[in-house]
Amino acid sequence: MSGYRLDKGGHIDRSKPLDFSFEGKKYSGFEGDTLASALMANGVSVVGRSFKYHRPRGILAAGFDEPNAIMQIEAGPHTIPNLKATGIELYDGLEANPVNAWPSLAFDALSINSWLSRFIPAAFYYKTFMWPDWHVFESTIRKAAGLGVSPKCPDPDGYEKHFAHCDVLVIGGGPAGLLAAQAASRSGARVIIVEHDPEWGGSLLTDPKQMDGEHSDAWIQKIVDELQEAPQTTVLNRTMAFGVYDHGLIGLCERVTDHLPISSRSGIRQRIWKVRAAQTIIASGAMERPFVFPNNDRPGIMLASAGETYARRYAAAPGRKVVVVTNNDYGHYCAQSLKKTGVEIAAIADARLQQNTSLPDQIDLNDYPVFFGTTVTNSSGRHRVRSAQLHEIDSAGKAILGRSRDIDCDTILMSGGWSPVVHLFSQAGGKLVFDAKVQAFIPTTCEQNIVCVGAATGEYSLTKNLSEAANVGVNAASKSGFECRAMAVPKITESEESSVRAMWQVDVSDIRSTGQKAWIDFQNDVTASDVKLAIRENFQSVEHVKRYTTLGMASDQGKTSNVNGIGVMESVLEKPMAQVGTTKFRPPYDPTTIGAFAGRRVGDNFGPLRALAAEQEHKEAGAKFDDYGGWSRPVCYLQGSESEDEAVQREAKAVRQGVGMFDASPLGKIEVFGPDAAKFLDRMYANTMSTLKAGQCRYGIMLDENGIVFDDGVLGCLKEDHFLVGTTSGKATAIAEQFEEWLQCEWTDLDVVTDNVTSAWSVINLNGPNARALLQKFDCTIDLSPNAFQHMQMREGRLAGVSCRIQRVSFSGELSYEVSVPWAYGASFWQALISEGEAFGVYPFGIEALMILRIEKGYLHVGSDTDGMTVPQDIGFGGILAKKKSDFVGRRSIMRPDAIRKDRRQFVGLETISGQTPLRVGAHIVSLGKVIPPIHTQGWVTSSVYSPNTAKPAALALVERGTERYGEEVQVWDLGKSRRARIVRPGVFDPEGRRLHV
Amino acid sequence: MLQITCPHCGPRSEIEFRCGGESHIQRPGPPEDVSDAKWSEYLFFRKNPKGIHFERWLHRFGCGRWFNIARDTVSHEVVQEYPIDSLAPTITEKTR
Amino acid sequence: MKRYSALSLFREGLNDQKGWQAAWRNPEPKSEYDVVIIGGGGHGLATAYYLAKEHGITNVAVLEKGWIGGGNTGRNTTVIRSNYFFRESAEFYDFSVKLYEGLSQELNYNIMFSQRGMWNIAQDRHGLEMLRRAANAMGLNGVPAEFHNETEVRRRIPLLNDTPRFPILAGLLQSRGGTARHDAVAWGYARGADDRGVDIIQNCEVTGFDIKNGQIRGVKTSKGKIKARKVALAVAGHTSVMAEKAGFRLPIISYALQACVSEPVKPVLDTVIMAMGTGVYISQSDKGELVFGGGIDHYPSYAQRGNLPVMEHTAAGIVDLFPQFSRMRFLRQWAGIVDVMHDSTPVVGKSPIDGMYLNCGWGTGGFKAIPAGGFCFAHTIAQDEPHHLIAPFNLKRFETGALIDEAAGAGIAH
Repeated sequence: MSGYRLDKGGHIDRSKPLDFSFEGKKYSGFEGDTLASALMANGVSVVGRSFKYHRPRGILAAGFDEPNAIMQIEAGPHTIPNLKATGIELYDGLEANPVNAWPSLAFDALSINSWLSRFIPAAFYYKTFMWPDWHVFESTIRKAAGLGVSPKCPDPDGYEKHFAHCDVLVIGGGPAGLLAAQAASRSGARVIIVEHDPEWGGSLLTDPKQMDGEHSDAWIQKIVDELQEAPQTTVLNRTMAFGVYDHGLIGLCERVTDHLPISSRSGIRQRIWKVRAAQTIIASGAMERPFVFPNNDRPGIMLASAGETYARRYAAAPGRKVVVVTNNDYGHYCAQSLKKTGVEIAAIADARLQQNTSLPDQIDLNDYPVFFGTTVTNSSGRHRVRSAQLHEIDSAGKAILGRSRDIDCDTILMSGGWSPVVHLFSQAGGKLVFDAKVQAFIPTTCEQNIVCVGAATGEYSLTKNLSEAANVGVNAASKSGFECRAMAVPKITESEESSVRAMWQVDVSDIRSTGQKAWIDFQNDVTASDVKLAIRENFQSVEHVKRYTTLGMASDQGKTSNVNGIGVMESVLEKPMAQVGTTKFRPPYDPTTIGAFAGRRVGDNFGPLRALAAEQEHKEAGAKFDDYGGWSRPVCYLQGSESEDEAVQREAKAVRQGVGMFDASPLGKIEVFGPDAAKFLDRMYANTMSTLKAGQCRYGIMLDENGIVFDDGVLGCLKEDHFLVGTTSGKATAIAEQFEEWLQCEWTDLDVVTDNVTSAWSVINLNGPNARALLQKFDCTIDLSPNAFQHMQMREGRLAGVSCRIQRVSFSGELSYEVSVPWAYGASFWQALISEGEAFGVYPFGIEALMILRIEKGYLHVGSDTDGMTVPQDIGFGGILAKKKSDFVGRRSIMRPDAIRKDRRQFVGLETISGQTPLRVGAHIVSLGKVIPPIHTQGWVTSSVYSPNTAKPAALALVERGTERYGEEVQVWDLGKSRRARIVRPGVFDPEGRRLHV
Repeated sequence: MLQITCPHCGPRSEIEFRCGGESHIQRPGPPEDVSDAKWSEYLFFRKNPKGIHFERWLHRFGCGRWFNIARDTVSHEVVQEYPIDSLAPTITEKTR
Repeated sequence: MKRYSALSLFREGLNDQKGWQAAWRNPEPKSEYDVVIIGGGGHGLATAYYLAKEHGITNVAVLEKGWIGGGNTGRNTTVIRSNYFFRESAEFYDFSVKLYEGLSQELNYNIMFSQRGMWNIAQDRHGLEMLRRAANAMGLNGVPAEFHNETEVRRRIPLLNDTPRFPILAGLLQSRGGTARHDAVAWGYARGADDRGVDIIQNCEVTGFDIKNGQIRGVKTSKGKIKARKVALAVAGHTSVMAEKAGFRLPIISYALQACVSEPVKPVLDTVIMAMGTGVYISQSDKGELVFGGGIDHYPSYAQRGNLPVMEHTAAGIVDLFPQFSRMRFLRQWAGIVDVMHDSTPVVGKSPIDGMYLNCGWGTGGFKAIPAGGFCFAHTIAQDEPHHLIAPFNLKRFETGALIDEAAGAGIAH
């Protein structure tokens, strides 16, 4: 016996049948069903296997709290593991499979664990598998663990994110949430209301009411319509609030297409909303608790509210013969409600004593047997519950009295009291207290502007909740400065709730001694005896119990188990619930798609690259691009079928023979103006800049305050109060920021303005003997003749009618002009150079050829030949520093004992002793002789190439005492292989620098 | 995600800013008069309070200006914003 | 101490689990101890264990404000490795890995050290050079490491994205690296220390110190005053707070470091991967959850909770490496508070107060250091002289400038 489809009622559309499959078998349901309700309507009892013991499991709940019905949805690229069937809207063609069951749900090989369960209690794995070694056992254990399977294909779907601001955010679209939103919205406040379900109405969907004389469906529709029409109000269904973060930020995840058949989906799949709300109202309702009794996990045993939801909202009867166990009034309402749908109620067991219980008048105790002071103490059945065993219990609620009474049934509905959904409130830092009347942790105060309404407060009277919700809505809007009129609250008839009897676990040890497990956490297979074992072993903090037993750590995050676990702890520790306390509530409230958090930051958008002005021209010239510090820059320009290496060699050679052009646009360019500009730069750079005359350039080296070489570049003086600071490409932004930090925070007395103009100018570097001749082809207002414009000078003027800045600086050792034109002219300038340059043998060259050229010259590249430990003394700047009198950033640091150590690593060249293969960058320098680790490393190769212009390898390195050791042979060790090299001065090409000054 | 109020631009999300750490640290000098110990205190040693922290922030993707805030390092509540060149305010229960 | 074994599990299975003892006692604090250790995390408990075992000092109390293992020990992503650049770091962390290798047997507590390998992936040209430099440093430090090109990395980790934004250029594998069960490390040391007579006192907050003439005399706690000849701080994340109570300051800033896990799935990833281009790292736990981590939040914090920007970056980093995981779901995010020092090297040794010792500054990587940290710290406390392995991890380096800056050495932040 099992669930079945009721022939009338429910919020399903019987005119729209939908086909789906489960474990390969075809079924059908209706639009409006969830996968869970459709399975129930089709009489499927076993929907999953538990994590550890592989016990057959049925549906327990109807919402996020579902621990058992865990599904692998679809196959191939659209597959998703571990979805809860209760949250999956049925669509046509849906393909679902159980997880963690092999070979099938009906026969699961690992259900042998269930028979071994007495030997594998909680945390058993800490006590064994140590000999000979954990690795012997690990792979078997791992295979047994895990639920579904990870997708194998890249995600075909897209995601996005949305920022929103509002005055009032309402989380939950049940009656309280709707009314609060309506109240706030009518004031004109910007309101966002979200509901995870596709339908609005919350508890009214299961239990409709007459509200002001009309059916609640009509009442809901009217409010939703009104909210949707309000221009400043946003209404989001299928949207879950997953987390509350600092300063009123709430994370929402909207499911945009998940409910559609795969073939009809288009656009983005899910959208993350980051909502900054001035006031947040949480109307997330309450969740029912199961009872902890032996074999409470059999299929057919479910939450009473879930049973009613399936029957009334989805027209799927949970079973044919139902026993209801309760400790509060709801069990009786539920039984009545089910009876009206035609389900047979076999009995009710109410843990409360009849004399203490004043049930409302509409509850008729003559419809079916009602046993007071009684609870369920066991169940029987295999793949479906077949009977419930009831016992009377003593006044303490701990022990059983008398003989058992077995009642045949196919369903047991449990109403163990309600826990307000306080997860989001608690994430926000809200305080919880244990309320004895409702036997639950309820929200109190929160430092953030967050308040709970409705059942989330632990108050279950709809009338009271509605009037409170209206007030809360009005208050929230008025806190944001919106005037509202008091809201009229619909009239509903309901009766007073009587109190709840605490019922954490009845001690059934008298009935049978061993092997009877009473589940607390269904998914993770944590039983009451596991909690007791943990406590016996002194894992007594609620966090220790959680971690030791894994209670509440499953994919339902303990929604049905946490409070029951605390209840069992209470009885064993004999400490009140409040003192046991709860574990921390962590986001997300329900598991949330990883891809949604990535949003559009996938592929190239994960780290958008900056493009050069002449990118298209580079492409046409055959450029191979790569990411250099966030810029997409030409590595080299490939001709025909040549390799990158060949191209780079060719380019490096061509530059020194004719003229090469290099796109240097990403070089940092920061303008520094003002009467104190020179003084400021003296403080920022290790060398002196204030002696620069207009039109002159100087190489500058910058340290951080810890004395480490941070950057270098060429600084040009345009006027005595106007400098152009050149930085390396990668550091441009950082240095512009540092300038401002020092100016705004430390040297507020300096009259200086800075402006980062890096991307205002496109820069082409002309290198090589023919550079001047090529540039002279252009109409230029600047006198380019050697004496008028010398090395390390800069000029401003116009080039072909366009304003330009030209610096005669060189990183190649050749005659070189660095020509800047406005960014918009970058591409056309490049084109013009190519066409004019043909006669001079012009070649474009990429970064790697530039690296060869500068390594041939022995020029240092900060970041390659220096690292986060390099001080200026290490790279030959000791003398300059000694001369400078004034303070500068990092000066005091390079006076510390470690910076003036004699055995520091110093910047040198390395010459290979044999072979034409360059040394490997990253190889280490060790002393000669056999290498037996651990061995002292003397330094490492920092730059290394084959130099086409000297026809031999060239390398740079940082080596201990390097500058004292010129001529010495060392061993260069790389991944176990050694080579010999000689320490030399850096630079193998044109050491006198003749080619620069032509 | 914090919401920081830039004194020039108004309230903005954390991702527009950079936190520059503890504020009001005096840079000692001139260098030859500063001991290694004193210099290391300036460079590395911080109050690092569990509670109100006076720190400077840069509105990096905004106006580009630095300013100070007093922020609780546990609740992350920003108690006060104040100009970069002002002394640290006195924070009492009342001003919070 | 009742030994744990398959046999004891079998017996207790027949005995309805009634014979298991408390893993550690709940003693009331005595009025005086030879050594009081503040902080019942991995480092504090390991220190107590080695004080008792290696130095015969058993009149020891571990004072824990909350519940043991509840700080960073129980919040980290459980990675164990010794892929360090400098000799000083490599020797220390490799000693830690070696202790971990024998720890389950030593403690008779299965800490599930799974040596599934630890990969660092180079993702740009400069990163590639730095990774090779790091690989060579490991080789010369005597820590076995394998440097593999893209093809081999992809052969070993077939799930990797074919077209990532940050390319897979090479990988550095320490095959002895891996993960362990973090809680078990704390509990195993607690059980071992307790068995040797150490008092583990939970819910006992230290509110102040008794210091006379620069010499420690004892601590003030929520359970009264406790005299102590020596006091050891092992409260990473909150070290500055304790130091302030003792009247000194440290070169530490506390930041929140986040981590998150996915829902559990069947085995899909059999190693640990750190992507150097994005700073995101991934492994899969024994339970099947994918465990993710990223960078720290960029402002000082003592709030042990997650934040969105880092989480979003981490998600993007994961999807760039493994686009398959995009459809999986985050189950839980949380944060721990880490002690960050400028050079990401810890301080283990003496404090400015006589008789008071420091174990702090572990940054984002304290978990892997627990056994060696405890071992060397115990030695330092017992001998009043730093153990040679942690001697370089002193406070003096901030004055001399002799920092041990791993990020600077190899471009790998630890």
